Amino acid sequence: MNTSFDVAAVAVVVVLTLGIGVYGLRLARTTSDFMVASRAVSPLWNASAIGGEYLSAASFLGVAGLVYAYGADMLWYPVGFVAGYLVLLLLVAAPLRRSGAYTVPDFAEARLGSAAVRRLASVLVVAIGWLYLVPQLQGAGLTLRATTGAPAWAGAVLVAVVVTVNVAGGGMRSATFVQAFQYWLKLTALSVPALFLLLAWQGDGAPDLAGPAGPVFRETTSVRLDGPVLVDVVERTVVVETDGRDRVLEPGPARLGPGTVVFPAGAEVPHVDRIERSTGDTWARPLSGAGGLEHPLYATYALVLATFLGTMGLPHVLVRFYTNPDGAAARRTTLVVLGLLGVFYLLPALYGALGRLYAPELLLTGRTDAVVLALPGALLGGVLGDLMEALLVAGAFAAFLSTSSGLLVSTAGVLVQDVLRGTVRDFRRATVVAAVVPLLLALAATSLPVSQVVGLAFAMAASTFCPLLVLGIWWRGLTPPGAAAGLVVGGGLSAAAVLSTLAGVADRGWPAALLAQPAAWTVPIAFAVMVGVSLATRSRVPAGVGRTMLRLHAPESLGLRR
Amino acid sequence: MDALAVAVVAVVLVVPGVVLWRAVGGRRAFGTTAERATHAALHEASLASPPLRAGLTVDAATRSAGHLRALLGSAAVAMTDTERLLAWDGTGQHHAPVAHDLATDALQRGRTTVQRVTCGDPDCPVRSAVVCPLVLDDRVVGTLTAYDTDAGPGLVRAAGEVARWVSGQLELAELDESRSRLAEAQVRALRAQISPHFVYNALTAIASFVRTDPERARELLLEFADFTRYSSQTHGEFTTLAEELRSIDRYLLLERARFGERLQVVLRVAPEVLPVAVPDLCLQPLVENAVQHGLEHGRGRGTVTVVAEDDGAQCRITVEDDGVGSDPERIRAVLAGTADGDSIGMANVDARLRAVYGDDHGLLVETALGAGTKVTIRVPKWHAGVSAP
Repeated sequence: MNTSFDVAAVAVVVVLTLGIGVYGLRLARTTSDFMVASRAVSPLWNASAIGGEYLSAASFLGVAGLVYAYGADMLWYPVGFVAGYLVLLLLVAAPLRRSGAYTVPDFAEARLGSAAVRRLASVLVVAIGWLYLVPQLQGAGLTLRATTGAPAWAGAVLVAVVVTVNVAGGGMRSATFVQAFQYWLKLTALSVPALFLLLAWQGDGAPDLAGPAGPVFRETTSVRLDGPVLVDVVERTVVVETDGRDRVLEPGPARLGPGTVVFPAGAEVPHVDRIERSTGDTWARPLSGAGGLEHPLYATYALVLATFLGTMGLPHVLVRFYTNPDGAAARRTTLVVLGLLGVFYLLPALYGALGRLYAPELLLTGRTDAVVLALPGALLGGVLGDLMEALLVAGAFAAFLSTSSGLLVSTAGVLVQDVLRGTVRDFRRATVVAAVVPLLLALAATSLPVSQVVGLAFAMAASTFCPLLVLGIWWRGLTPPGAAAGLVVGGGLSAAAVLSTLAGVADRGWPAALLAQPAAWTVPIAFAVMVGVSLATRSRVPAGVGRTMLRLHAPESLGLRR
Repeated sequence: MDALAVAVVAVVLVVPGVVLWRAVGGRRAFGTTAERATHAALHEASLASPPLRAGLTVDAATRSAGHLRALLGSAAVAMTDTERLLAWDGTGQHHAPVAHDLATDALQRGRTTVQRVTCGDPDCPVRSAVVCPLVLDDRVVGTLTAYDTDAGPGLVRAAGEVARWVSGQLELAELDESRSRLAEAQVRALRAQISPHFVYNALTAIASFVRTDPERARELLLEFADFTRYSSQTHGEFTTLAEELRSIDRYLLLERARFGERLQVVLRVAPEVLPVAVPDLCLQPLVENAVQHGLEHGRGRGTVTVVAEDDGAQCRITVEDDGVGSDPERIRAVLAGTADGDSIGMANVDARLRAVYGDDHGLLVETALGAGTKVTIRVPKWHAGVSAP
């Protein structure tokens, strides 16, 4: 691998992001022509911006890593990430836009007229925003370490600093264009290398991705291990260790590293203990429990619920809808988003599948999130491999920067407006606060699994804001006490579930599955509490709910909204 | 798994919780019995106050009667205006139909009356009534009646005090209403106030094109027509920033027809903020000022810059000219309402922004003699009660 290419790629993305932020709007929109200056953002631009802001580290790196390790079931992640917008389109997009609300707390206050629910929603926005920021920063650390060998904190600090400077310096004032650029950059960065990888795979005789064999080293492979790794050896293998001596690995558990271990061509890949070995055909079959997942059917449904319903509650997604001139434009935008994301999410699965053939050593090291970055070097090699890897690094950094910027703007906005009112009045200072907390968390918890924290953010959003938005838009009977109770119960349960997963309260069996994917039970409970408490406090239904509902649902063109 | 990871997530979840607790102001038990009683009374009064601030209506009476009854500790409470019963709260609902008749005496004489109530139901606690008039500017506008088994002197005095307090709230309601009527009248005045100079200047400028460039003259006339329509039309209290900017564009187009190359206009508008709801006609006076100060007072060339930027949950709009500027003290006096002059529109915009969004959102004016003028306003993207049609 060629480190200088990667460093250059990161530098270019950082400079471009800052540059567009500072000069982009000024150049594009300084005019004396009002028709140019006031042109509303078209649905395509707006949808690109939503895509740019939404496609995070989890999408760019994480999904491929999950597919690589756990097989076909993980395809529900990309499906869910996209289908969340279908639910948003059907239930939320247009009414929310018509409500005029900029954030979920705004919506809560507009719909329920309660300052307490507003504050509760604000706190949840900050919690979800921070939870979602931590894996972005960790992903940056992981990428920089995997490609340039820099320490893990370097990438996190780099992204945090760039994003804070950009947001506090006003670089996100032209957010739509910055974010739209980021979407197309990410799509290019993932699709061009994918094309070359597919060609190389064809040139290799298109070996079977889903055959009866387990992953094997196709050629003599030297694996570098930073620390000791506990692995399960499948067959008797003779490896060469750092000191040049041979070591015979017998089937069963073994401890490898630190140092370099050289495996012979054709050897079965020993898997790190948290991933179970699976053959190609189990890996490719849905609900097979590949990789050692338990209760795959339950996990799938829970995942579907979390992603389908969680998307609408992500703070940085909703604010983008405000840019649409009206409810109809909000719907059109969402439709385009579905298309753009659908195209993008075809690619990570491809990387995951090819990774099993060409980069199986990550199953040994456990760094499955790096499979996207490892493939060009393994399959293409040479200058082309270096260039493609640099492109992927650029795309990954675009993903960290854009998602983090969006999250930071939303979180800091809510911080300055609601949570720290009276303490921090200045948006810039709030931005620093909003960035420092997740950075410290990311630095403190380097071993926090990226996909799990993203899952927590989705599950939390699905168990809190989804009921609030859906019931608020579609049910007159929602009352402030009902909404507050639902938010507290949904948020509390989902948080408790993931905390106990991380604490290792239950390792195996049903408890573990229920806690690792809590959405399947927390979302129904949150809905039930919200409905139940609302029914019990029927007298507290806000006055003027009819007028609010008319405003949310009547198309603007009818002129009924006053 | 990793203890550190757990600690970290716990921190993420607990910190906002603590902040929330502080924000809500965690309630603690406090004080002596007397203090608690005072607090309870004041709390009921503060709950009854907001509906009453809307005036003496059925809705206001219904929503406040319960709190007033709690305040009085009586079996029932009725509120009437001069015509009919507005609300009844408490037991003995069957007495409600005659409540207004009972109040006739108090309504006519403007004095508290104590009356017996006959009831066939031996369990009914409604036996006597204290009827207190609600007086507004020496007019009796309604009554507050407290019903109980025995109207002792304590209840009579308490009812009198509560009625006086309700009257005070109703006076405040009238004050609110007249204040908003005043603001409305100001906007109407502002609209009617398209300066005759501007009409004259625009028409002369258009006239000068009639022979040389009839097509342009026609376009300008149409723009002029649209502009006058927007400026004089009564629409709602709020409009979108896009609409407001469109009207400004028409205005600037006409001014540019008059001044030609001498007036340069720079617009920089972030598309994200176009849907923001803003008070009607909140920018136009500022732009008119900028053109006047930037150009009309004798200087050769001038540039007017209008910038609308996205700033988190707010939108920031600046109107800037590079003209003669003014004395900051004079602007301060204009905004305080102590000086008259051509900046009256600015004072009006300032007052309306403060009235809608609070004192944080007044005009920010940066100026000095000879250094041009820059006026900044900040408008939240969403504010309770603010919505464009």
